[in-house]
Amino acid sequence: MSRYILRRFGFMLISLWVIVTASFILMNAVPGGPFTSVKLTPLVEKQLERKYGLDKPKWQQYITVLKNLCSFDLGLSIRERGRSVNDIIKNTFPVSAVLGLEALTFAVTLGLTLGIIAALHRGKALDYTAIIIAVIGVSVPNFVVASVLQYVVGYKLNLLPIARWESFKHTILPAFALGLGTLATMTRMMRSSMLEVLSQDYIRTAKAKGLTSAQIVWRHGVRNAILPIVTILGPLTAAITTGTLVIERMFGIPGLGKYFVESIYNRDYPMIMGTTVFYSALLLFMTFLVDITYGLIDPRIRIAKGKGD
Amino acid sequence: MVERMEHTTTNKEFNQALTPGKPGKPVKPAETLLSIEDLHVSFHTYAGEVRAVRGVTYSVEQGGSLAVVGESGCGKTVTVQTVMGLTPIPPGHIKGGKVIFNGQDLLQLSEKQMQSIRGKHMGMIFQDPMTGLNPTMAVGRQIAETVQRHQNVSRGEAMERAVEMLSLVEIPNPRVRANQYPHQFSGGMRQRAMIAMALACEPLLLIADEPTTSLDVTIQSQILDLLQNLQERLGMTILLISHNLGVVARLSKSIVVMYAGKVVETGSSSDIFYNAAHPYTRALLRSVPRMDREIRGELASIPGTPPDLFQPPEGCAFAPRCKYAMKVCTKCDAQPIKLGDNHYVSCWLHHEANPNNPFENKSENGGRNSD
Repeated sequence: MSRYILRRFGFMLISLWVIVTASFILMNAVPGGPFTSVKLTPLVEKQLERKYGLDKPKWQQYITVLKNLCSFDLGLSIRERGRSVNDIIKNTFPVSAVLGLEALTFAVTLGLTLGIIAALHRGKALDYTAIIIAVIGVSVPNFVVASVLQYVVGYKLNLLPIARWESFKHTILPAFALGLGTLATMTRMMRSSMLEVLSQDYIRTAKAKGLTSAQIVWRHGVRNAILPIVTILGPLTAAITTGTLVIERMFGIPGLGKYFVESIYNRDYPMIMGTTVFYSALLLFMTFLVDITYGLIDPRIRIAKGKGD
Repeated sequence: MVERMEHTTTNKEFNQALTPGKPGKPVKPAETLLSIEDLHVSFHTYAGEVRAVRGVTYSVEQGGSLAVVGESGCGKTVTVQTVMGLTPIPPGHIKGGKVIFNGQDLLQLSEKQMQSIRGKHMGMIFQDPMTGLNPTMAVGRQIAETVQRHQNVSRGEAMERAVEMLSLVEIPNPRVRANQYPHQFSGGMRQRAMIAMALACEPLLLIADEPTTSLDVTIQSQILDLLQNLQERLGMTILLISHNLGVVARLSKSIVVMYAGKVVETGSSSDIFYNAAHPYTRALLRSVPRMDREIRGELASIPGTPPDLFQPPEGCAFAPRCKYAMKVCTKCDAQPIKLGDNHYVSCWLHHEANPNNPFENKSENGGRNSD
């Protein structure tokens, strides 16, 4: 098992290197530079370029990026004067992560529950209710959900704050708006997975043993049905906790999402590199975590891994 | 193996001597353990109503072994699934009849009451052991689960019982095996585990639905030996469902032959094998491949196909494929006619009003001779 983990870790590093290289090439292939949108005299521009090392040949810049990454230094942001990329991530990621985890908890618990309920009442009213919720969740974009929530719950009913990031109360609306899409996906996946599992022979065996319906659903149904969902949970966590521009903008949340998008408009090279590497590392780590969790849930994989030792 | 073969001659008295009413079990003095009376089961599909079981009646004695034979789709599995309460409703629909088990009509019981009977008083093993076990639960745990459900024991005690059951079904190294998962078991071992699971609470009745169909021949034989051996040791009643007459011959003392959702002939295994009365039974026997026959011709088959159960024929369902069919056969279905002690056949040929019964007085040559 430890050898397996070590090997997986090695692959993670290689993947990360590939991502860094690809981002570096793409980033430099895009026309323009960090100072294109600002009116500067050529002399000042030269000086600034020297300051950020942009006057050096590309291959030297590439080496510098790699070197800095090895010491976990993501460099200085060009746009946010005087702030390092590390600093920005350190300040904004926790905000996005809290929001993301809240949204995820809400989406996963409710989504799985709805999916299970729908599967158990296939073709009945509860099933259709769950399907309707899922269809709405998938098809209505989150900014629409967000503005409706702000208007109805925040403004008309005056139940929850409309925006800003101050207390738990402030997190409820954005978390709901952010999580609804995921909830819908979870509901749909869990429903179909559960339906498939419930038609398996071992469910009939469990019935023939005289187990109660609750025992059959929990011990034999859910545990098997949840396997395919665990797979997508890792990448989903990485995606949802690194923030989204739209929701953070609409609710005035100081999260990481904004920097993802704006760094590209601004050609803020260190910021682009920093956010990309950070997101990729998180994604790879979550996938890695899922693989290990999978082994804990599914004995077939656990044992196959053990044999590789 | 040889030792076990000697036991196969045990007669019913011996079996019953081995079955003293186990303490704590509601064994009634009644001889009949399970009796199915005029059972009708239909399935509602988009294409219409499929009448899968059309008035099936048969019974199993305490400690006996009954086999139900017939080709695929003849309703034999639906019948026993209804007995176990496993027929999905809807689309299934029990239109009528009774299933008396141990003095109780199972069709009148609630799902909750059925749950406490399934696995405790009735165990069932299925055709495909490869998919019948939960892949993410240790085999021992799956057996222990049944024990915990029906008996007031701790988790540890239930696990002990599971290990005991695994060794009873002759799985080597049961303690280690109990903690393994189904994918670490071979097909034959999985079926053994399924048997262990079905027998864990010492049920009065074991329903074996094609227990050897998906196994290869050598494993088939081992599983049959095991079932035979267990029946003698535990004195349980076995209801076997099969389309394999070879399997039936080894395990069962009485046989029910089904065709198109109806029982066409019942009798002891010697009645059926040496004195078959229904043309379908005889055709079925002829189509069994024989290794001891000199003639190496084409394998006998029954011409035609089974009837459409969306619109079952008004007369005998076998009439269109029967070379002895008479006018009456296509108009009216025959009622069971008594031929011997427990030998009944539903066929007009044997009716007293039929002057030229082709099978009369030819019982010595009927079906298969003892070679």
